[in-house]
Amino acid sequence: MSTTVAPSPPAGRLASALGWAAVAVAGAAALAVLALSRGETVNAAWLLVAAICTYAIGYRFYSAFIAAKVFALDDARATPAERLNDGRDYVPTNRWVAFGHHFAAIAGPGPLVGPTLAAQFGYLPGVLWIVVGVVLGGAVQDFVILCASTRRDGKSLGQMAKEEIGPVAGFTALVSVLGIMVVLIAVLGLVVVNALKASPWGTVTIGLTIPIAMIMGLYMRWLRPGRVLEASALGLVLLGVALYAGQWVAGRPDLAATFTLSGKTLAILVMAYGFAASVLPVWMLLAPRDYLSAFVKIGVVIALAIGILVALPPLQMPALTRFTDGTGPIFAGALFPFAFITIACGSISGFHALIASGTTPKMLERESDARIIGYGAMLMESFVAVMALIAACALTPGVYFAINAPASALGPTAQTAAAAVAQWGFVVTPAELETLARQVGETSLLARTGGAPSLAVGMAHLFSRSLGGSDAMALWYHFVIMFEALFILTTLDAGTRVGRFMLQDLGKHLWRPFGRTGWMPAVILSSALIVAMWGHFLWQGVIDPLGGVNSLWPLFGISNQLLAAVALCVGTTVIIKMGKARYAWVTLLPLAWLVVVTMSGGAVKMFSPEPRLGFLAHAGMLRAAQAAGTLPPGVKSAGDLSRMIANDYLDAAVAAFFMLSVVVILADSAREWWAVISGAKAARSSEVPFEPRAMVAGD
Amino acid sequence: MHARPHALRAALRRLGATLRRIVGAPDYEAYLAHVARRHPGTVPLSREAFARDSLARRYDRPGSRCC
Repeated sequence: MSTTVAPSPPAGRLASALGWAAVAVAGAAALAVLALSRGETVNAAWLLVAAICTYAIGYRFYSAFIAAKVFALDDARATPAERLNDGRDYVPTNRWVAFGHHFAAIAGPGPLVGPTLAAQFGYLPGVLWIVVGVVLGGAVQDFVILCASTRRDGKSLGQMAKEEIGPVAGFTALVSVLGIMVVLIAVLGLVVVNALKASPWGTVTIGLTIPIAMIMGLYMRWLRPGRVLEASALGLVLLGVALYAGQWVAGRPDLAATFTLSGKTLAILVMAYGFAASVLPVWMLLAPRDYLSAFVKIGVVIALAIGILVALPPLQMPALTRFTDGTGPIFAGALFPFAFITIACGSISGFHALIASGTTPKMLERESDARIIGYGAMLMESFVAVMALIAACALTPGVYFAINAPASALGPTAQTAAAAVAQWGFVVTPAELETLARQVGETSLLARTGGAPSLAVGMAHLFSRSLGGSDAMALWYHFVIMFEALFILTTLDAGTRVGRFMLQDLGKHLWRPFGRTGWMPAVILSSALIVAMWGHFLWQGVIDPLGGVNSLWPLFGISNQLLAAVALCVGTTVIIKMGKARYAWVTLLPLAWLVVVTMSGGAVKMFSPEPRLGFLAHAGMLRAAQAAGTLPPGVKSAGDLSRMIANDYLDAAVAAFFMLSVVVILADSAREWWAVISGAKAARSSEVPFEPRAMVAGD
Repeated sequence: MHARPHALRAALRRLGATLRRIVGAPDYEAYLAHVARRHPGTVPLSREAFARDSLARRYDRPGSRCC
């Protein structure tokens, strides 16, 4: 993995050139098949080939270019892991192990949910944005931030924003990360609520994961201190028990009724869980769940890959649907910019910059390892997104829309849903919908918005095709739901805790004791505040007749892309200050695209005159109904109506805040760039000075 | 399996260390080795104290969480 290409004999060079040319031709041919097919179904294999060939070319050439020309990664230079080796955080780690660690940290529900939702445009926009976006954007961001942080002893993104750009950008980044956290947790909570509502099986299985984590916690605290692997193995076995326990409960009408919960009840339970996880000692709940879900994440990814590779399903979804015009039932908004906001993780995800400037830079053994870990792990995540897209597009479009569209569009029964789907130009019979729901062990799959149930149906299809037949569908479905919910809730509980710390950090400037992270009154107050913040958005999503995803997911997408813009601003500043301004286009290119996407997406969500799309127009419509004394369809009470109006204004304000943050950070960065380029300020890199690598074996 | 129990045990230990590193779990054996090599003469933490201390380090300033 050397960054300088060793001179090879002419014959070898020719073979290599021919090989790479073949990869390029294969990738282009696969893309052509995907793009040009009209009418006939295309096999998923074409999608896989197009993705893998593009990744291979991007990795071989573009990441090598960045490694050699922009950062000049140098294996003779000691990494922080070597210089600061403390045997714990800073430890030189084999590059594949560090790759696994980094991948497990960046992977989450994002790349599974986003592509599933964006499949309403057809498979083509999704696959193009995932594959091109990652090679030129997402992987570049992760790689650049990892290199920048590694050269600065593992400094965090926030610290780098403050030190490289300035205090204004630093503070804006800090506040916007808090805002992003709130929206992220709310939307993930909504995904879980929609997967579990009116599902006794799912509710019992997921509910049991909480005592399972506590058993693991007790085991690691008192029985066998620190034995994480033993406890995780125990936890995985118990998860299997929980899966069957859920099935058992669902099969007994008396018990099933007790665990058939409404969205509102589940939302309150999720909030209570988030609060508890933030307040309780970490060994009891948070830490064991963290370990368990890391294993589960890797397991789900491998299972999905095997399922798709074995089944190689045909794509039932057309390349493009009529919903590219913005009239889609799952979320409103035209292809541009909404395909690029809906699929954030998988193409480019700002959150990764927080990981790439967190634990990973403290593990690199050699500088050149940053290439496979920073750029390579993001390609892997992108591949997960491609697989989620395949799972969604392998479903019959009628089934896909019946699961993912909101109740207000589908109506209450399988008959009304089939009629609605027919109006959108797809075919599904009421009997098919009812049979499918029965097969997966649910009373209904209609309007389970949020992407998780549809992915679970898709994966259950793939698995049961190769293993177990349709009898096993229900088990596979709940198996996937359990795993998705497990790692979503782990993001939710840890995120609540992170948010609590950030809130305490900000709040201590107003009232000193509030910042004490070990003082119970401050802990309870700050935890309650952060839960109230995301809980408000979650509640809004649950009562929203449009399904909640319609308003929350675009906000999440915009916020995630905003964070990516922050990371790319930091990256550009670092590159310019290294005296490499001529290569600044590497980060400026994706940055420019993100600014266009977030600003136009934000503006549309605020000002569009279409009520399904624009927050202000929606508020206007509801106010007109309120003034006329009527309730719009799907709204249950006058109280809900006035809450929804307030929420529309809040959503508009949040969108405005994210847009303003983009402008502030961009302006502050541009000022710094200009100062350096014009010569007003010396181009001084803040890298830790070069120290030669000792190359001690072992340690 | 009977022939080379030591090789098997060593392989399992390596696998365990790899898994721990990936999920970010503390590795007591690696810590002991580090103390012996870099700080000879100091008394390392007990297994229990190490587990508690590692947990505190990991969560007292929680990093970030990904979507």
